[in-house]
Amino acid sequence: MTAMIDLPAVEPAAQAPQRKRKAGGSLGKYLLIRFLLIFPTILILVTMVFFLMRLTGDPITAALGGRLAPDQLALRVHEAGYDRPIFIQYFDYLGQMATGNFGRTISDNLAISDMLATYGTATLELAINSLIVALAIGIPFGMLAAYKRDKYHDAILRVLAISFYATPVFFAGLLLKLVFSIWLGWFPVAGRAGTSTEIAMASLAAPTGIYWLDALRSGNLDAFWDVVQHSVLPAVALGLLTAGIFLRLVRTNVIGTLGKDYVEAGRSRGVSEYRLLTKHAYKPALIPIITVMGLQIALLLGGAVLTETTFEWKGLGFQLAHYLTARDFVAVQGIVALLAVIVAITNFIVDVVAALIDPRVRY
Amino acid sequence: METKKSLFSRLPIVSQLKKSVGLQRGMLIAGIVLTAAFLLTAALAPLISPYGATQRFNETQAPPSSAHIWGTTAGGYDVFARTIWGTQTAVLVIVVAVALSIFIGVILGLLSGYIGGWLDRILVVVADAIYAFPTLLLAMVMSIAISKGQSNLWSGIFSAAISITVVFIPQYFRVIRAETIRLKAEPFVESAIVVGASSVRIMARHIYKNATRTLPLIFTLNASEAILTLAGLGFLGFGIEPSSAAEWGYDLNHAQTDAASGIWWTGVFPGAAIVITVLGLTLLGESMNDLNDPRLRGRKRAGKIKNAPVKPGEMVDA
Repeated sequence: MTAMIDLPAVEPAAQAPQRKRKAGGSLGKYLLIRFLLIFPTILILVTMVFFLMRLTGDPITAALGGRLAPDQLALRVHEAGYDRPIFIQYFDYLGQMATGNFGRTISDNLAISDMLATYGTATLELAINSLIVALAIGIPFGMLAAYKRDKYHDAILRVLAISFYATPVFFAGLLLKLVFSIWLGWFPVAGRAGTSTEIAMASLAAPTGIYWLDALRSGNLDAFWDVVQHSVLPAVALGLLTAGIFLRLVRTNVIGTLGKDYVEAGRSRGVSEYRLLTKHAYKPALIPIITVMGLQIALLLGGAVLTETTFEWKGLGFQLAHYLTARDFVAVQGIVALLAVIVAITNFIVDVVAALIDPRVRY
Repeated sequence: METKKSLFSRLPIVSQLKKSVGLQRGMLIAGIVLTAAFLLTAALAPLISPYGATQRFNETQAPPSSAHIWGTTAGGYDVFARTIWGTQTAVLVIVVAVALSIFIGVILGLLSGYIGGWLDRILVVVADAIYAFPTLLLAMVMSIAISKGQSNLWSGIFSAAISITVVFIPQYFRVIRAETIRLKAEPFVESAIVVGASSVRIMARHIYKNATRTLPLIFTLNASEAILTLAGLGFLGFGIEPSSAAEWGYDLNHAQTDAASGIWWTGVFPGAAIVITVLGLTLLGESMNDLNDPRLRGRKRAGKIKNAPVKPGEMVDA
């Protein structure tokens, strides 16, 4: 049934070589253009956020308004240069960014680069943890669903996958908290680590910022256990969301490769269905999954904001919501710029990998 | 509501029901039932709900009882009433957001695909940049810029809807642009050019009708995403104020602290409402997507692989 539907999808690919001839691109040229496109992507996002934030006024009035007398406020605004024409401010800002000077946050006076490093590692840790959960659930169950296609296993798994997608991270988090920390008492309700571990982490000489790694390196097993306990619920909440997508991706792709001629040839030679699945169909099916996985970074970052707020996990997303509420534009622009860089570079890498694997992509 | 109905009447649900078998049919029926329940609840909210959405009571955090069948929140709201009225807010935001993004996305997509050249390249790069960025983060910044933090019912709904619109436009833009480029090479467009039809006429009559055939499907898929984005905004405190309308995401935000002290009823019901609604819309959209025009599968995947630098619409099966 599904294989039948998959067939016509191949049709556009058949037209690809024709297009390639038309455009006549080489791999080198394609990669260069693709690399150069990173910059406009970042520029567009930074520009959008800059002007959007300025629509609401200047950062100093927004952050300190009401706490300072109007004339003092005007002086501060003037000193910071926020009363200049907006385009001059914009090019000024771009110039500063180009030289690597991102400024300091207004609300808590941190250097943007320090702020990004501190909270960025927390988000990275959460992302890694949840990716592990997502892969551990998505790949095996996706293969199972493909193997048992259109049987009841498949039906249950597909409905589960859609349910994972349909459940907002903060609701999944709320349910997990209710069941596993309040009723069963297995895991802590919120935070990245207990107080003593936080103190131990803060006093480390050269921390990576990823708590479980730091705890292991310093040989502090109690702290490691504490960090792991705190990590489970956030990782599962965010991981389930992505797991649903991976499951469906793996299923579709494995079904696609299981219908290919070479698998059919293997089947006619008497290769077992299990071996066909694990040896023949699995690996080719992984290639599109790797590329799409890279593209899930946007979803993961969006989900991270919600997960971090749900579990008071002090990462970039948690801080972004905080800084937005405080109208700390400098901090918001810094975070958005970093996320734009991450997204643009990830997409670039995904495209390069896709182009190296599949010549039809280059045109 | 009217927009929704007229779009639904364009959906060939009946023919798809006939086409479907077994599991696929079950999923489609489940989707139809859940979505219908969602729309009915929204339409009949004044009849179903015993109280108003913003009516407050003296009993706070009261467990479910006969007066408040799903209990009350810390702010003294009736959870049942909030959950029921929340469907109305969700429908309003979806309709405004999706209608706006279809309108703008279709126009830009037609222009970009038909005219081509530099306009096309710039629009594609901008759309790709927005599309690649996390939806929710952009919507957060948008909502701060639009509502400046405070909002009543309508300005709240519109700022949420516009925030969602901005991040959805690229999706419609891409689909319509890819279709337009494909259709531009069709003989009927060439013959229209030969007989001297103007560009506007060709776009408005010949391409528009053909390129927008698939929109109802994307609409269903996007509606679920719009609900999730709205709830996410509300959860983070960038959505609609609780005193002006019932919104599930906001209620869930406040339920987080309740959950920590074991109060489950403030969060479970609005959360379940989100899951059921999104599940229904997704099942409906996905099943129709699978059953309809098989070419859409290819195009939909192209939408996911959002990497093409110059002509993403042509990378259909990469």
